[in-house]
Amino acid sequence: MKELSLNVLDIAENSAKARAKLIEILITEKENVLTLVIRDDGCGMEEEFLKNVTDPFTTTRTTRAVGMGLPLLKLEAEQTEGYMEIRSVSEKVDSEHHGTEVKAVFHTDHIDFTPPGDMVSSLVTLIQGHPDIDFLFRYETEKGEAECDTREIREVLGEDVSLAEYEVISWIEENLREQFTLI
Amino acid sequence: MKSLEELQAIKMRMKDRVVLREGTNDIRVVVGMATCGIAAGARPVLNEFVRDVAEEGLSSKVTVSQTGCIGICQYEPVVEVFEAGKEKVTYVKMDVDKAKDVVEKHLKGGQVVTEYTIGAYQS
Repeated sequence: MKELSLNVLDIAENSAKARAKLIEILITEKENVLTLVIRDDGCGMEEEFLKNVTDPFTTTRTTRAVGMGLPLLKLEAEQTEGYMEIRSVSEKVDSEHHGTEVKAVFHTDHIDFTPPGDMVSSLVTLIQGHPDIDFLFRYETEKGEAECDTREIREVLGEDVSLAEYEVISWIEENLREQFTLI
Repeated sequence: MKSLEELQAIKMRMKDRVVLREGTNDIRVVVGMATCGIAAGARPVLNEFVRDVAEEGLSSKVTVSQTGCIGICQYEPVVEVFEAGKEKVTYVKMDVDKAKDVVEKHLKGGQVVTEYTIGAYQS
């Protein structure tokens, strides 16, 4: 991918597909290390699937037998001498505490580091496409942090106004862009 | 800073609009957002449709939504337009400028932009 933000969008789409109610996207960028965590409370993966999940020929797609999402993220992390790890608990194993966490670590001073890109745009795209899912987004640098928690926004808006409304989406986008100018 | 008060104001405005919103929503624009679409540039295309449909006042008749892989990855970004009583239109290799065109000519004007459709690429 051209930007890490596109990987974030792609991986979080998996969480949405796993029927997550809350998707957390947590990024910290400190001392030349960028850590990305995408955590959800979706259905999780069974052990057998998890073992092979970074193999491109393992996929939930029904339109093609090849899935490149996780393999791409893994490659992008490893080419900076970082790594990616996945933990997952299937709902079939634990019906209360299930979900998936993808963690990728990058060395930002490595020549092959994929730039973060437009994280705000990815988050806004996710909310537009999945207005019923909650998102906690946090981007932390040494200077401070930018955060968006749709649970807080939902509380203000009440049940009648969808997060996918253009005015709401625009508010979220502008609010986050302002926060990003400070970090 | 964008404040929560502004969000509150949006909520109030939306409430007033609920009545007007009994729109027909008879056109559905669907953007493929699987890995293939995203890598090919679907994100800005989707966001352009969302913005233009809202700003051109088309929200009552057009909904913009996302889907997974449509199965023609080599043609991504792919955008499908579904309209009641009409055949589905599949736009391929989309970008922001083409999205603007489709909003203007197809969604507003009712004319399919044939040159961007899959038929134009395959022939």
